[in-house]
Amino acid sequence: MIPLGKLDWSAIPFDQPIIMAASGMMVLGIAFVLGWTGLKGYWPYLWREWLTSVDHKRIGVMYLVLALLMLLRGFTDAIMMRAQQAVAAGAPGYLPPEHFDQIFSAHGTIMIFFVAMPLVIGLMNFAVPLQLGIRDVAFPTLNSVSLWLTASGILLTNMSLVIGEFAKTGWVAYPPLSELQFSPGVGVDYYLWALQISGIGTLLTGINFVTTILKTRAPGMGYTRMPVFCWTALASNLLIVAAFPVLTATLAMLLLDRYLGFHFFTVDSGGNPMMYVNLFWVWGHPEVYILVLPAFGVFSEVTATFSGKPLFGYRSMVGATMVICIFAYLVWLHHFFTMGAGAGVNAFFGIMSMIIAVPTGVKIFNWLFTMYGGRVQFTSPILWTVGFMVTFVVGGLTGVLLAVPPADFQLHNSLFLVAHFHHVIIPGVVFGAFAGYTYWFPKAFGFKLDDRWGKASFWCWFLGFHLAFMPLYVVGLMGMTRRMQHYDVLSWQPWLLVAAGGAVVILAGIFCQIMQLAVSIRHRERLRDLTGDPWNGRTLEWSTPSPPPAWNYPVLPRVDGIDAFWRAKQIARVHPAQPAKAREYEAIELPRNSPTGFVTAFFAVVTGFALIWHIWWMAGLGLLGAFVTLLVFAFRRQEEEEIPAAEIARFERTRQREAVP
Amino acid sequence: MSLTATIGDIPRGIPASEAGPAPKRIVVAYGFWIFLLSDVVMFSAFFSAYAVLVHATAGGPTGAQLFNQVSVAIETACLLASSYTCGLMSIAITRHHRLGTYLGAAATFALGLAFLAIELNEFAGMIARDAGPQRSSFLSAFFTLVGCHGLHVTAGLVWLIVMMAQVATRGYAAVVQRRLQCFSLFWHFLDIIWVWLFTVVYLMGVRP
Repeated sequence: MIPLGKLDWSAIPFDQPIIMAASGMMVLGIAFVLGWTGLKGYWPYLWREWLTSVDHKRIGVMYLVLALLMLLRGFTDAIMMRAQQAVAAGAPGYLPPEHFDQIFSAHGTIMIFFVAMPLVIGLMNFAVPLQLGIRDVAFPTLNSVSLWLTASGILLTNMSLVIGEFAKTGWVAYPPLSELQFSPGVGVDYYLWALQISGIGTLLTGINFVTTILKTRAPGMGYTRMPVFCWTALASNLLIVAAFPVLTATLAMLLLDRYLGFHFFTVDSGGNPMMYVNLFWVWGHPEVYILVLPAFGVFSEVTATFSGKPLFGYRSMVGATMVICIFAYLVWLHHFFTMGAGAGVNAFFGIMSMIIAVPTGVKIFNWLFTMYGGRVQFTSPILWTVGFMVTFVVGGLTGVLLAVPPADFQLHNSLFLVAHFHHVIIPGVVFGAFAGYTYWFPKAFGFKLDDRWGKASFWCWFLGFHLAFMPLYVVGLMGMTRRMQHYDVLSWQPWLLVAAGGAVVILAGIFCQIMQLAVSIRHRERLRDLTGDPWNGRTLEWSTPSPPPAWNYPVLPRVDGIDAFWRAKQIARVHPAQPAKAREYEAIELPRNSPTGFVTAFFAVVTGFALIWHIWWMAGLGLLGAFVTLLVFAFRRQEEEEIPAAEIARFERTRQREAVP
Repeated sequence: MSLTATIGDIPRGIPASEAGPAPKRIVVAYGFWIFLLSDVVMFSAFFSAYAVLVHATAGGPTGAQLFNQVSVAIETACLLASSYTCGLMSIAITRHHRLGTYLGAAATFALGLAFLAIELNEFAGMIARDAGPQRSSFLSAFFTLVGCHGLHVTAGLVWLIVMMAQVATRGYAAVVQRRLQCFSLFWHFLDIIWVWLFTVVYLMGVRP
């Protein structure tokens, strides 16, 4: 008999029909996808061209696929919670408390770490190197490792649905509740190891992108010539580098408490649970800006492109971004004014939290002035942007309200707070990501997304969002705290019924997005983009064909100002190009594809799973496997492969033929 | 088309930020610096946890009762000397001097191992005196902070072995040199962390 630690058949919740049905659907879904791709003979292609790819564009696409799949999972959790609270007025509802607790914990964890993060990291991966006019990120193989470590965390979180349980502590896992004494099950361990593994991936992404943006820009691309999306990506990745190590350290301390009986956050032997809360939010508040700054970048690109004007106040936009980047570290205490730090401390953090609204306001005005006097084309990316501006301003105002400590004492941990942070994260991050997804989709795949379904999706999301979250402000003010499995105040129920209806409208929005994708793939020939510049864009990525070749640029672009591609187009209009001379191309060295990321992540999953279930021998094997994988990578002989000049010349000739209508 | 250029045709006198992609050696070292900064941030979290919990001894022993200044002084001397030998190794590497590289690496490895041995001996002694990490929050924070540095040293020693195997099999290839440069940065960085650790834990810990 192989020793399997705490793992046995009782880990699978056969007595819970809802969980078993969900697990069955998930397992069947995975089996179907694996079986279908296997039958069609796609496995070698997927392995060669995608799973082992170190191309930033493909890694970006895979991040987005992961994020959108997990959005479905996280949204399922959300609609289950809304349904429970809609019916649980003076009644037990349909979800038992221990299951409801897992659902809200999984919903928060998944939406922040495995939806919002991969969405913004995916967009940065896809767009930043193209916008900087270069061929890849600074460390392409490391980038693949980042992606697959994120996928490992996702896999572990989803495994908890079938084998064992997930945390019942909320997505923040505050001790002492998350300590072994009060959470003896494996749920918190799933949470901790999933976040540790994916957190390493995120940190490596941060290092990679800071280096890429600061050290490998195209010739002439000075700092004040970078597209604003690159600036916001820089700020976001600086925040990752400076914040994620704190999360790693904090979760490591909780792990030591749980596994080795340490006393960092325990209630006995001198432990200090509030230290966890402080450290968690020293990471957690910058995390908010890690997510929202790249979305602000997308809105800047979209506004300028679809208004046909340069971005208003480029330098103030950059300044506001960097000010937010720094202030992100000076507001963490507003997440727990009730700690009792005293009036002086609370006043400082309250005032800082209000001040951070100023650079955000600067950005809103810059977007408005960009649109003012422009010929705004109301495509779906601009709808997401305008919808964001209208909604986010109100959500930000409720944030300023919460930043007033006396008000916060009343409202903290209520549904008012839940309404507030959804009110900034959904329009900010989610709408931003959808705008970016629609905006860059033709660049990635060579055809546009259907705009009618896109607009239908926007209106469903926009209306559904307000229906789902405005009532939560009201019940929050009426005194309803968050995370309630049932309640006895019957006057809350009408509001919660409306909120559940809102969730259904958002579901319709998601359905429209799935239809949009299906319809667009079906009509891809009609939506085909042959020019590489479907929106009359301003930045360098639109100067490449759609989709760009593996090498992005046959010759690195030469940048002599902001909006480089727009300027080049203007010059070409005044001085029509001479018939293209036969150009001399040089061979290009590209990094070789490598299974390192995928294999390392496989061993990371093995190690994480073994540690969760206390199967020590398996954990040792997993670590050894990961180490050997890295050794094999370190000793490989051929790191790059050469694309011969003739192939590049052939590609460019075909492209020029196609681009002429 | 006016949008293209080749690397190298940048006229003199333009700002460095417009010079195009940096050479790979610079990019790799720069990325590694960023990684080291992130590691500093991680250590800062452990340092602050230690500072918060230093008096939370829960009736157990305090730092002043536990720390042995003599062995810590020897430990420190080992680590600082290993940085010196690591510097000698770097000089040998720039001259492609194999024997010097191996000697420098061997001395660095031996001194690092001695450091680790003294540290583990200290840990074992404390645990034997019922002053292990489970005893109090202060000791949890102490073992985590010092142990995290010790784990870094261990990782450095493993890395050094791998690098010597690479020098033996692949000589001074550009990629090997870049990695050795990163190793050197890492090793000196461990010294800097230790100087802080020595000050905050061992010097301030025995203050009356």
